Amino acid sequence: MASLIGYYSLILGLLCSLLTILYSIKNFNNNNVIKKEVLFFTFLQFFFVIISFLGLIVSFIISDFSNETVYNHSHTTKPLFYKISGTWGNHEGSLLLWLFVLTLFIFLFLLKSNNQPKKYRILTLAFQQVIITGFFIFLIKTSSPFNYIFPIPSEGLGLNPILQDPALAIHPPILYLGYVGSSIIFSSALAATASGYISKDWAKHIKGWVLISWFFLTLGILLGSIWAYYELGWGGFWFWDPVENVSLMPWLALTTLLHCILALEKRSILTSWVIILSIATFTLSMCGTFLVRSGILNSVHTFANDPERGLFILIFLFFLIFLSLFIFFYFHKNENKNFKLFLLSKETSILINNWFMMYFLSVILVGTIYPIFLEVISSEKISVGPPFYNKLIIPFLIPFLFAMAIGPKLKWIKSEIQNKINLIIFLVISFSISFLILKNLNDNFLLNSILLTSAFYLFFITTKDFMIKKIQNFSQNLAHFGFSLLILSILLNNIFSTEVITNLKIGETFKSKNLSINFQSIDQKDEQNFKSLIGKFEINSSKDESIILKPELRIYNQPNITTSEADIKISLLKDRFITMNSVQNQNYFNIRYQVKPFMIWIWISVLLISFAGISSFFRKIYEN
Amino acid sequence: MYGRKVKLRFFFVLSAFLILVLTVVLILKSLEENVVYFQSPSEIKELLEVKKKKIRVGGMVKNDSISIKTKELEFIITDFKSEINVVYSGAIPNLFEEGKGVVAEGFLKDKNFFIATKILAKHDENYMPPEVKEALKEK
Repeated sequence: MASLIGYYSLILGLLCSLLTILYSIKNFNNNNVIKKEVLFFTFLQFFFVIISFLGLIVSFIISDFSNETVYNHSHTTKPLFYKISGTWGNHEGSLLLWLFVLTLFIFLFLLKSNNQPKKYRILTLAFQQVIITGFFIFLIKTSSPFNYIFPIPSEGLGLNPILQDPALAIHPPILYLGYVGSSIIFSSALAATASGYISKDWAKHIKGWVLISWFFLTLGILLGSIWAYYELGWGGFWFWDPVENVSLMPWLALTTLLHCILALEKRSILTSWVIILSIATFTLSMCGTFLVRSGILNSVHTFANDPERGLFILIFLFFLIFLSLFIFFYFHKNENKNFKLFLLSKETSILINNWFMMYFLSVILVGTIYPIFLEVISSEKISVGPPFYNKLIIPFLIPFLFAMAIGPKLKWIKSEIQNKINLIIFLVISFSISFLILKNLNDNFLLNSILLTSAFYLFFITTKDFMIKKIQNFSQNLAHFGFSLLILSILLNNIFSTEVITNLKIGETFKSKNLSINFQSIDQKDEQNFKSLIGKFEINSSKDESIILKPELRIYNQPNITTSEADIKISLLKDRFITMNSVQNQNYFNIRYQVKPFMIWIWISVLLISFAGISSFFRKIYEN
Repeated sequence: MYGRKVKLRFFFVLSAFLILVLTVVLILKSLEENVVYFQSPSEIKELLEVKKKKIRVGGMVKNDSISIKTKELEFIITDFKSEINVVYSGAIPNLFEEGKGVVAEGFLKDKNFFIATKILAKHDENYMPPEVKEALKEK
């Protein structure tokens, strides 16, 4: 019943979409207000999508196995929380979530843009409706979440256990708010170009939307990263996995846009850049959806291998790209105002930021796309791993970090570097600290110490700015401070992480020079939908007090999958991390023990960065 | 002579172009050095020479082939046509089982012996890496 309502709501929603487009075209040249019909149908569409989404959630909650999506991804013994999160833990449901966010954002946009020119508003609405229509058709035609099965199965197939986790339950909605939030930026940039409204006013108005999607995208990536850290048992925070990369690429584009839009807002320059970046951000989000959903990339996120779906998204993607390129080249007139660019100015530093970001973006793009490309043309299978990215990105971080420390101090138009002595003192201090920290390190000393120096440098300068500067640049300063903290923690984490991997039987002890791991016992416990084996390990090391860690193996009933849950002893200075795996038909357990310094600071710094985004957003609201 | 402005613009365009070319060259070069190729046991048997380059080997874990000691793990990867012995010390993913698909990354010692540095985790019991599926299909 709920599924039926959900399905028909979708069709009605599509109808509303078409009607809205029709009315917007009719309304385009007429009077100066948006017609009531347009607003009404947009609202109605949002309403239908909510109903449809609720329909799917209800089907999941009551375990209605006549619904194919529910049957494939749910099970009666699953806890309620994961029944609900299972709604978007699959291809069909997650697309419905896309649609929900798409309609939510255009609804909010119409509410919040009353003071903007009417032509621009109606065009934004029309472009957004084109995207929405595309997704409606995609959903209904190739991946309806409301397919019916007969005879009705008595039990479902269950949700992949590694997705049954609180961080991952909220990861998709948060990430999608960021991904799909960029759709508004896309539509609005196209509308502003077509109606000749690319201006300071527009920049001021769209900045809020950029900030809000940037905030959610940052948070979404963070959640995914934390999840991979403890649930996949890899013990790291970033693996340059293609699926991670496709979320990082829109983030980079959006971050660049965030900087660029400042230049547009204050000096009305870099207009083409802003438009191109707005288009790029959403295109990259779509690309990400295409790559992940089409099954081209293999990972947890790939739910089905259905070429038809991939093809549809690809065609739709090309349609949007051509549409936006056409609008850009046809309507955008680059006013070649005779503006001078001085080497020392905020403009230049924003440009430098842009170039670096674009470089990082293209490295990641090549590393992600190239293997797919090569397989298509020569059927050779390759993978591009961390060494590629490390080699191409890490050295360029050094000038990037220095530019980030100096750049924000410069003024618009023409500026000079003040307090040169101060800056040099900081440089000397940073270098000395890095040298002291790293002096016992043998390999890669030079690169690591320069990197660490530049990270410390940014860290000290942003800290100092916190102390003396007014509240005016608070968000920017906080974001840069967070970034320096992030790079610092990542570096120290990378350099000083240690790990031991060994196979142990119950009762055995692993011993090395300054570490012993004693495998004491195994307990069994029955939970609602899994059985768990809990190991007990005593870890003694020469530097710390001894601790007991209890990693877990969970054997889920449906589907029958074993997952391992890491046990982590978290402290401000370091995480101690252990995972345990059983090996088939053997008495041995595979034990992996890692010491990860400053792990928690990586999460904290990303939180600070995203908090900077939201604080800037609220300050903007407060100012208006 | 050309004005200062023209010269400056020319210099700007030239340097932008040079930087672009350098970037492309740099990216392509490190791509060449850092990609990892995927091969099935049969393809390894047909190799002319064993290179000291990191590769991935994929196939099925042969039944009754896993043996484990404190330091290392040994098993056999098969594509039902050829087999290869694998020695591995490191973290073992959950879904590593006999009769299931596996991808190992590491170095060839010779055509029958593979030293793995990583076994790739898989997320789903029914999931099989496309490379493995294809390697098995070709048998």
